[in-house]
Amino acid sequence: MRVSLFVPCFVDQLAPQVGLATAKVLKRLGHDVEFRAEQTCCGQPSFNSGQWDVAREGAIRALQVFRGAEVVVGPSGSCVAMIKKFYPELLKDTPHLAAAEDLAARTFEFSEFLVNQLGVTDVGAKFAKKVTYHDGCHALRELRLKEEPRQLLRAVKGLELIESEEGESCCGFGGLFSAKFPMISTAMVQVKGGALARTGADFVVSSDPSCLLQIGGWLSREGKPILPLHIAEVLAHDA
Amino acid sequence: MADARSDILARIREALTVKAPKPHFKAEATAGQPVKVAKPWLPDGGETLDASLLILAEQLAKLKAVLIRVPDEAAAGQAVADLARAKAWKQVAYHGAPLVRPVAAALPCASWEADASFEKQKLEGCDASITSCESIVAQLGSILVSSASSGGRALSILPHVHVVVARVDQVVPDLATALAQLQAEHGAQMPSMLSFITGPSRTGDIERILVLGAHGPKELYLVLVG
Amino acid sequence: MSDAKQIFIKDATLNAADGDQRAFIRKALGGYYVNRDLQKARYRDWERARDAASLAKWTAVNDLANQLEKFTANFERNGGIVHWARDSAEARAIILKIAADVNAKAIVKSKCMTSEEIHLNDALEKAGYGVVESDLGEFIQQLRGEPPYHFVFPCMHVKREAISELFTKHLGTAPTDSPEELTMIARRHLRQLYVDADIGITGANFLVAETGQISITENEGNARLTAALPRIHIALSGIEKVVNRLDDLAVLLPMLATAGAGQPMTCYNTLYAGPRKPGECDGPEQFHLVLLDNARTRLLADPEQRDALHCIRCGACLNVCPIFKNIGGLAYGTTYQGPIGSVITPHLRGLKQWNHLSSASSLCGACTDACPVRIDLHHHLLHNRRNAMKQSPSLFDRVFHAGFGFVMKRPALFALGGKVFLATLPLLKKLPLPYMSAWLKTRDLPVAPPKSFRDQWKDSAHG
Ligand code: SF4
Repeated sequence: MRVSLFVPCFVDQLAPQVGLATAKVLKRLGHDVEFRAEQTCCGQPSFNSGQWDVAREGAIRALQVFRGAEVVVGPSGSCVAMIKKFYPELLKDTPHLAAAEDLAARTFEFSEFLVNQLGVTDVGAKFAKKVTYHDGCHALRELRLKEEPRQLLRAVKGLELIESEEGESCCGFGGLFSAKFPMISTAMVQVKGGALARTGADFVVSSDPSCLLQIGGWLSREGKPILPLHIAEVLAHDA
Repeated sequence: MADARSDILARIREALTVKAPKPHFKAEATAGQPVKVAKPWLPDGGETLDASLLILAEQLAKLKAVLIRVPDEAAAGQAVADLARAKAWKQVAYHGAPLVRPVAAALPCASWEADASFEKQKLEGCDASITSCESIVAQLGSILVSSASSGGRALSILPHVHVVVARVDQVVPDLATALAQLQAEHGAQMPSMLSFITGPSRTGDIERILVLGAHGPKELYLVLVG
Repeated sequence: MSDAKQIFIKDATLNAADGDQRAFIRKALGGYYVNRDLQKARYRDWERARDAASLAKWTAVNDLANQLEKFTANFERNGGIVHWARDSAEARAIILKIAADVNAKAIVKSKCMTSEEIHLNDALEKAGYGVVESDLGEFIQQLRGEPPYHFVFPCMHVKREAISELFTKHLGTAPTDSPEELTMIARRHLRQLYVDADIGITGANFLVAETGQISITENEGNARLTAALPRIHIALSGIEKVVNRLDDLAVLLPMLATAGAGQPMTCYNTLYAGPRKPGECDGPEQFHLVLLDNARTRLLADPEQRDALHCIRCGACLNVCPIFKNIGGLAYGTTYQGPIGSVITPHLRGLKQWNHLSSASSLCGACTDACPVRIDLHHHLLHNRRNAMKQSPSLFDRVFHAGFGFVMKRPALFALGGKVFLATLPLLKKLPLPYMSAWLKTRDLPVAPPKSFRDQWKDSAHG
């Protein structure tokens, strides 16, 4: 299958290794991977801020960028939810609706793609560490992905998966919310990050780089001995 | 200026000229149909009377209500008299219903047919009340009382202890059945008050810690005859 | 910035930093989660029950005028008296007039959020009536001179020591740290008040069109006493509380209790059809119902968010909301707190003044999952944000997003911007930039990688 990578803008900037790991796993499974360099941002920051006109332009651009792609796979539940759930809403009363629905049907979050589209749970990874998993809210509640990443992690050789308290609680990122309401956002990550740290895991793994930015940023500031890691990085690990 | 009623109704009609899409739900298949449709997604109320009675017993226990099963009316009188002695009741108010009168007559303490000569201050001074009920909902452990079946509005709520005397055949599986039965029985002439009582009065208002007997009865007994 | 927003930011920031209080709230809700899950497990299909509950409310709300006419006709046939109020002032005037007409002195109330909405107590007290809240939580809040913290659990934020002190001060009782004893103090204090009151005021959870009954849900029994002992009963209800059929309650009553409080049923679910009937031994002589619009029709006119009128005020969305749990209910400054409050308050009281509540959310969606009638709560927060932007965008947002949109459409510029961002990140972290410093106050940012993904991809064999 020819997979077109959808690399969210802050993965591009702040976590390029996540994009590379995603490509590595897909290739290991025998798929062709392309990256269409004209892609920019999915428009979610504007969408969430109520600037739907700006977001709509971003959405229409994305429809053009990914036109003709067999499947689009992104290592972010949040940005994929933007395409799958919110593009059709955003473009509801426009001539672009059909294209939006078409792209939504061809776009998948990374773990969703592996488990539900490819039917793969064991990608041949080895990672002899204790990890706990954080469900990003978009993956969990917009895309209804809960078991998929866990199935993948359980199949990783040597990996021990520990569930945390506050399992379904939000990390408090919420995009610009984390900066517009920093104290509320911080209170939320205190609850979430505290629960993750109490698991005694070496890594907190998630399919959402934005959550990892928030959780990792707080864990690092508090000096907690647990590191953020994207699920693609775990699955890419084979030595 | 139009009166408030026509104004509000006009605003509503105006607002509803723009339709909201009807949600596509699985439950739609049975919504809007006449009652008696079992609602197979709600908690189970039991398909047979025996199953219902088991569920009822379990629900009442969880609610901290006390279920007393007795074979006949004489045993019911005996059971309530024992309670009165154990709790040292001095004055008991009761509803003058056929099932209740003999029970009241067997009491070892003073009793008063409250609905025959109602006085709220006197009721306030009673230790316990005894009433009948309309039906009992196994699914939820609820006892349906009414101003008709339970001696008015206050009798089943003001005293510290409430004893309900009922026959086993008053147990229905679920809430839908209880409501349907009410409509069949009373039609457009519903008693002015109907209340599903689910366990003794309770509150969690202080630190979400459960306390029984907030304003209504602290103790609830269901004496089931048959 | 609106006044309401300023106060909100101040209070929310203060409360979010109060670790003790936050832990207290979490602990208080701990039992609720356990019981809710136990009760939900008894449902043979909870999701389908949600469908049924949602549909029952959809059907009523989308036929509201007809159902209200049917309801009021039946209510009057039962002997009740219906009053219509366009807004708070009209509702207050109606109730004051009834009180004057029946020559009342003492009024006892059971929990009624709609009365909070119209500030009824103030009006009654100013007119010289003695008004006592009988729900324990409301009673405590009344003594504290504070609005409810949570519309189902009004004083969940108050520690028992504070309640004991409050009772000592106002009722002269001995201090105690037992919730049981504190409850009994209130019970003893209120009992005679029911007996002596002339008017009992209650809310209504459902108005049953088919039978003309109103349904009231409560745990303590205070609403039942309020509607039994005084000679006049006044119920105050929003117009959206209608359900078409009695049978709808077979779904709604258990779900309200399970979703909101983790109970199979609330302790007392009571249906009232008129005042005392001939042959009944007690009950009020008159039964009045005040139906309140107060901008509900404005919400009704928005088909996108009309489902917010399906709300049965169970409180589940508050109980699971991380914002509510961390800033507390009082910080909202609204009658209805939490997610549902953030959704409807802009409609009821003005978008410009209240949109900040919609912004103060990470959009996690826990509320929407918890809602027994499937209100699309967190998406409505997005809708409010969009509507607010259309109405009156802030200068910052306009400039920021216009710029962002400009760059988003130009991949080369986007890539260049990225390069500049990465190169200057160490410097940016040191500058007093508004959002950046807000983030960095409590969280680190990762060290900038030497090259972006797109550059590494280009450099590698793929490109
Ligand atoms: S919005 Fe839903 S969850 Fe929140 S109070 Fe209303 S019915 Fe309950």
